[in-house]
Amino acid sequence: MLEVDDLRKTFPVGGGLFRRPARLHAVAGVSLSLDHQRSLGLVGESGCGKSTLARCIMRLIEPDSGQIRITGRDFLKMRGSALSEARRELQIVFQDPYGSLNPRRTIGQTLAEPLRVHGLATDAELAQRVEAALAEVGLPTDAMQRYPHEFSGGQRQRVGIARALILNPGILVADEPVSALDVSVQAQILKLLEGLRERRGLSLLLVSHDLGVVRHVCDRVVVMYLGRVVEEGPVASIFDDPMHPYTRVLRAASPVPDPTARFRLPNIEGEIPSALNPPPGCAFHPRCPSAMPKCSIEQPPPVSVGGARRVACFLYSK
Amino acid sequence: MHSIRRPSVSDDPILRLRDLGVEFRIDDQWHGAVRGVDLEIGRSETLAVVGESGSGKSMTALAIMGLIPAGNGRITAGSSIRLEGQELVGLAEVELDRLRGNRVAMIFQEPMTALNPSMRVGEQIAESVRKHRGLDRSAARAEARRLLDQVRMPSAAQRMDDFPHQFSGGMRQRVMIAIALACQPRLLLADEPTTALDVTIQAQVLRLLSDLKREVDLAVMFITHNLGVVALIADRVAVMYAGQVVETGAVEAIFSQPAHPYTQALLRSMPRVDRDSSDLEPIAGQVPSIRELPTGCGFAPRCPLAVARCTAQLPQVEFRSPHHSVRCWRHGEHA
Repeated sequence: MLEVDDLRKTFPVGGGLFRRPARLHAVAGVSLSLDHQRSLGLVGESGCGKSTLARCIMRLIEPDSGQIRITGRDFLKMRGSALSEARRELQIVFQDPYGSLNPRRTIGQTLAEPLRVHGLATDAELAQRVEAALAEVGLPTDAMQRYPHEFSGGQRQRVGIARALILNPGILVADEPVSALDVSVQAQILKLLEGLRERRGLSLLLVSHDLGVVRHVCDRVVVMYLGRVVEEGPVASIFDDPMHPYTRVLRAASPVPDPTARFRLPNIEGEIPSALNPPPGCAFHPRCPSAMPKCSIEQPPPVSVGGARRVACFLYSK
Repeated sequence: MHSIRRPSVSDDPILRLRDLGVEFRIDDQWHGAVRGVDLEIGRSETLAVVGESGSGKSMTALAIMGLIPAGNGRITAGSSIRLEGQELVGLAEVELDRLRGNRVAMIFQEPMTALNPSMRVGEQIAESVRKHRGLDRSAARAEARRLLDQVRMPSAAQRMDDFPHQFSGGMRQRVMIAIALACQPRLLLADEPTTALDVTIQAQVLRLLSDLKREVDLAVMFITHNLGVVALIADRVAVMYAGQVVETGAVEAIFSQPAHPYTQALLRSMPRVDRDSSDLEPIAGQVPSIRELPTGCGFAPRCPLAVARCTAQLPQVEFRSPHHSVRCWRHGEHA
C-alpha cells in the first residue's frame, strides 16, 4: 500500500553570510512498508525523526532523496492531477487538534473545505457528506454550526479525524493522535481509530512515543533512533522480546501499571545525541551496554532474524 | 533500587491535610477546584497523587506551598494543612516564605519556566543556598557544586557556569531538583516532573528521585496522570477526580484491588506495552467542568454503576482495610 525506500531529509541549521549552515540529519535513510489494511507503528523518542518522516511521507516536507510509492506509484514524481488524487488517498491526523483547526471557521466549514478543494461534492451533497462524517466519528449533527473552542480536546480530535476521513483516503497517517488527551479520553479515540480502520479497510501509519498505544493499535512496529530504523517486526514479539539494545532500553523504561512488575529502573547512560552531529557507526553505540569496537566505525545493516523481524545491530549479523 | 515501601502511614506524618478546599472565582461565583481533601504523607514516603487534568492534584500542591493566587483564588474556610505539626493555613506571607524551601520545596513539569534564563545555574543554586542557609558566597558556591554532583549532573564543575538554555530537558530538571534540595527540605512536591521528558530520560529522573529519597530522607508528593509512573515510584497512592480524593491505599492494593469505579475504569482504559490489551475499555464522557460539578459523587455522570443516590448525595469515605479508603456508595458491590 505504502512503501518508503531509503528516504532522507536534512535541515540546514545556523550558518550566516560567510558560514555554511550545518546539516541536521533528521531522517537518514529510512525504508519501511505498510501493507494494505494493516497498521504500522513508528516509535522513538524526541528527535528520532519519526514526525519528520511522517511529514515527508505526506509531502508536507519534501524529502531530499529516496522513494515513496503509494499503491505502487511513485509519489515523489507526481505532479498536477495525479498528485492531487494521491493526496486524497493519503490523509493525516495531527497531535494538537486545536492548533490544526481554524478557530474562525465552524466545524462544518472546516469539514467541507477538503471536498471543495478537490471539487468532490456539489453544494447539495456537502451538508450530507459533512453530517455523515460527524456521525461516523461520534459527534452530533449540530456540531456543524459550532466553533473549535466550543469542544473538548477529545471532541476536537474527533473533528480532526472526520476531516481526514471525509475524502475517503486509503491510508491514514496519525501523528501522536492521543498524546495531548487525558487518559480516560485517549482510549475513546483509540477505539474510534480501530473501529474506523476495520470498517473502512484503512491502512494506518501511527506515529507515537507511547509503546502501549502502538502495541494496542498496530500490527507491526518500526523503532527509530536518530533518523534510522534500528528494529522492526510484529508488535507483540518486538515488545515482549526486544532485540536491539536500544529497543530493550526503550521497552524497559516504558512504565507499566503493575507495581509487582516494578523493575529496577534501567540505568541508561547519557542522553540522545544531537542529530546535527550524529555519532559515527551505529548512532546508539555511545550509550550501548553491548557496544563493540566496530560499532563506532561501521553502520550495522538491517538483517532478518526470523519471525518477520529485522534488526540493525552487529550482535545479530553473522 | 527502591527503598522499602511502607503501606502504613506513620502516626507522625510530615504532612497532614484535613478537609482541604481550594476555590476559584469565575464570573463572581466561587467554584471548588479542590474539595474536602484528607491526606497524609509519612516521613520518607512517596505518595503519588494521580488524576486527569482538572482533578485538583496540582491545586492541592500549590495550596500546600501557599501559592494559590490571591484575588480570584482562596483556600476554603475550615481547611487545615499541617506540616510537621505546624498549621500553615492563615500564616502570614513572611512566615510562609521562610517555610517554602526550608521545609518544603516544589518542582514543576517545565523547569524552564521556573529557572531564571539569564542567570548561570551555579549561581541560581547558590542563591537558594545563601537565602535559606545563610552561607557566604564561596561556601554557597561549593555547596551548589556538591548539589549538582548529588543530582548526578555529568561534568558538574564545568556546567556550573552554563545558562539554563544550554541544558537538555532532563538536565534542567536535575538543576531544579538541586535547587529544591539546596534548603534541605523534608518534603518535596513534584508536579508532573517527568511528563515532558522522553521515557529513557524519565527513567533517569525517577531513579534519581528514588535514590535521593534514601540519601537525604525526603518525603515526596509525586503528582502525575500516568499510572505506569505511579506503579514505579509510589509507596501509597491517592486517586483524585473532580477535586476530591476518591481512593487512597498502598500501591499494591490500588493496582490489585482497585475499589473505586473510577480507579477501575482508569486501569481498564490504559493501553499497555506488556500485554495485548484487546479489552481496552474507554470511559464514556469527559471530566466535568469546575462550573458544573455534580452535587453527589463527581464521577457519577460517567459511572456505569451509578444509582440515584450517587448523584444526589456525596459518598462518605469508607475504609476497606485500615489503610485503604474509598469514597463510593457502591464500592462493596462490585469488588
